[in-house]
Amino acid sequence: MFAVAAGAQDVTSPGVRIGLRYDPGSKPGVIVLPVSGPSGDSIRAILERDFDYSDRLNPIPLSPEDGSILAATTPGGGAPSLNHAVFAKVGAAGVIQITITTRGLHVALHDVARAAVANVREFPVPKGEFSREWRQAIHGVSDVILEWISGERGASQTRLAFIRSHVVYVIDADGVGETALPMIGPALSPAWNPRGTSIAYNTFGPESRIVIHDLRSGKTREFGSQRNTTNATPIFTPDGKSILYALSTEAGTDLFLYPLDGEAFPRRVTVGRGSVNWGPSFHPDGRRLAFSSDRTGTPQVYIIDADGTNLDWFTEFDFGDQNDRGSPDWSPDGRQIAFQSRIDGRYQIFTMSLRDRQPRQLTSEGENEDPSWAPDGRHLVFASTRTGVKQLWVLDVESARLRQLTQVGGSRVPSWSPRLTAR
Amino acid sequence: MTKTTRVIPMVLALASLAVTGACGKKPAAPPPAPEAQAAALARDTAAERIAREAAQQEESARRMADAATARQRFVDDSVARVRADEEALRRDSDMLRSTVTAVIGFEFNKANLRDDAKAALDAKIPILLANTSVTVRISGHADERGSTEYNLALGTERAAMAKRYLVERGVAAARIETTSFGEERPMCTENADACWAQNRRDEFEITAGAPMLTRPKS
Repeated sequence: MFAVAAGAQDVTSPGVRIGLRYDPGSKPGVIVLPVSGPSGDSIRAILERDFDYSDRLNPIPLSPEDGSILAATTPGGGAPSLNHAVFAKVGAAGVIQITITTRGLHVALHDVARAAVANVREFPVPKGEFSREWRQAIHGVSDVILEWISGERGASQTRLAFIRSHVVYVIDADGVGETALPMIGPALSPAWNPRGTSIAYNTFGPESRIVIHDLRSGKTREFGSQRNTTNATPIFTPDGKSILYALSTEAGTDLFLYPLDGEAFPRRVTVGRGSVNWGPSFHPDGRRLAFSSDRTGTPQVYIIDADGTNLDWFTEFDFGDQNDRGSPDWSPDGRQIAFQSRIDGRYQIFTMSLRDRQPRQLTSEGENEDPSWAPDGRHLVFASTRTGVKQLWVLDVESARLRQLTQVGGSRVPSWSPRLTAR
Repeated sequence: MTKTTRVIPMVLALASLAVTGACGKKPAAPPPAPEAQAAALARDTAAERIAREAAQQEESARRMADAATARQRFVDDSVARVRADEEALRRDSDMLRSTVTAVIGFEFNKANLRDDAKAALDAKIPILLANTSVTVRISGHADERGSTEYNLALGTERAAMAKRYLVERGVAAARIETTSFGEERPMCTENADACWAQNRRDEFEITAGAPMLTRPKS
């Protein structure tokens, strides 16, 4: 994808796009050189934190007092030239050199092992330093650099929606810039549209509705308010054209598809015959979906075709097992599903691959609920009581590294946005 | 209304007291001389007439005062009796209301009606049938242990189960609204079995209808 001619013969492991050696599971060291300009320190801090949170790179701290490192840099414009031997000695596989230009940021990635520039690109960055848009653009730079090095785009240019005190909040993936949406009722279960421009959620109690909030215009659209019904767990279809949600009536709870364009009549997808069927999550291709159902008594996760046929009990565990399971979230690569399962009276986060169907328990401390995948397919966000109060935590499913995302208690029901690169 | 009826008799009673008091303090007249008998007779007649009239006035004032007191007592008794009746009706209505709004409990992750829940619903039915203008909202609730999103659907199911039970026994479906709050409105927030049991419930709220509920005629 990123054709770097020099040293192409060094590529040994699949998935590695450039000469800079990246073995999945290892974390190459990278150094972000000091950036001159008033926002230089912030840009550098954001990149280093994004690399750290990506769990794919190891940002090597570099203090301005470190004379030997800085001396290895040739300042000034033109083709950057580094003393690569010095960087190799401190364990850096890559060095990132950033120059603030009139149009944005000029970024050069140096491959230390080959003593060559591996990649160069100029990124447009909006005016208004430290605004949300500016920060998001810097996160976008991090994600591309990560792709240059690891072959996988990062997920730092994303945001997460979640619930606190029945209000929908949105927070950047690095925990910065938490804001509340204006509410028209007590809310639960936020979900992003595929472009990351709208959030759907449901309100509960009398006049329960599905609300779609456009983040750009701030306008809302709503449907579903009907006596004796509750609308819950809305998600967008992968084409963004419909909402799939759970409609609870006095005759049971089933999934319904509501087209957002044209004449909108909800179409029934599941036929639960009075049971509760809720919490859908699409396979990325939109042809299948996972959902929860209590049709056999205890809530379990099922897979069904988008047209409601070919029901498959996904979490079919041992005979007689009474642990309830739910809140499935299909991974972005379609290969596995994250869900929650009750163990010793408390929910814990599990993943299970579609191929071998062997459950893998990821948490055990406190209660852990409502997993949602990051678009990098490697990180999961969920609500956890491990500190005594409910907070959102981000888990790297490969290294098991964990970080706390929110700082205010009572944060729950998270939903990770898609990549927000589209402008 | 009550205020004026109470004030007027009181004024009358005070006035009559003033009259009797003035007459009582008059000194007794000396016996008349024989030589002036004719004149005295005439005078006596006049005096007697005055005394008689005074006595009559006194008597009439006393009777009026007595009548006023009696009327007042009658009014007071009547008011007290009505108040007592009202109080009894209100107590009755409150009791009926608390029967209608009494919560029912559920088992964990279940929506089926336990025997004690059925008994509580059975007690509500005759009251709802006797007070046809009353409408009710049943809201289903869950404890915090189940999944957040499942609990919302479970609340709807719990409310629907209670409604179905009432409707099957003659309460018009249109009089009962159902909704769910899932685990979002706990009654009790401790992390304990007893607390969870309190939170797994249907609440019954009277949304419209008679301010006073009447007892079903047996």
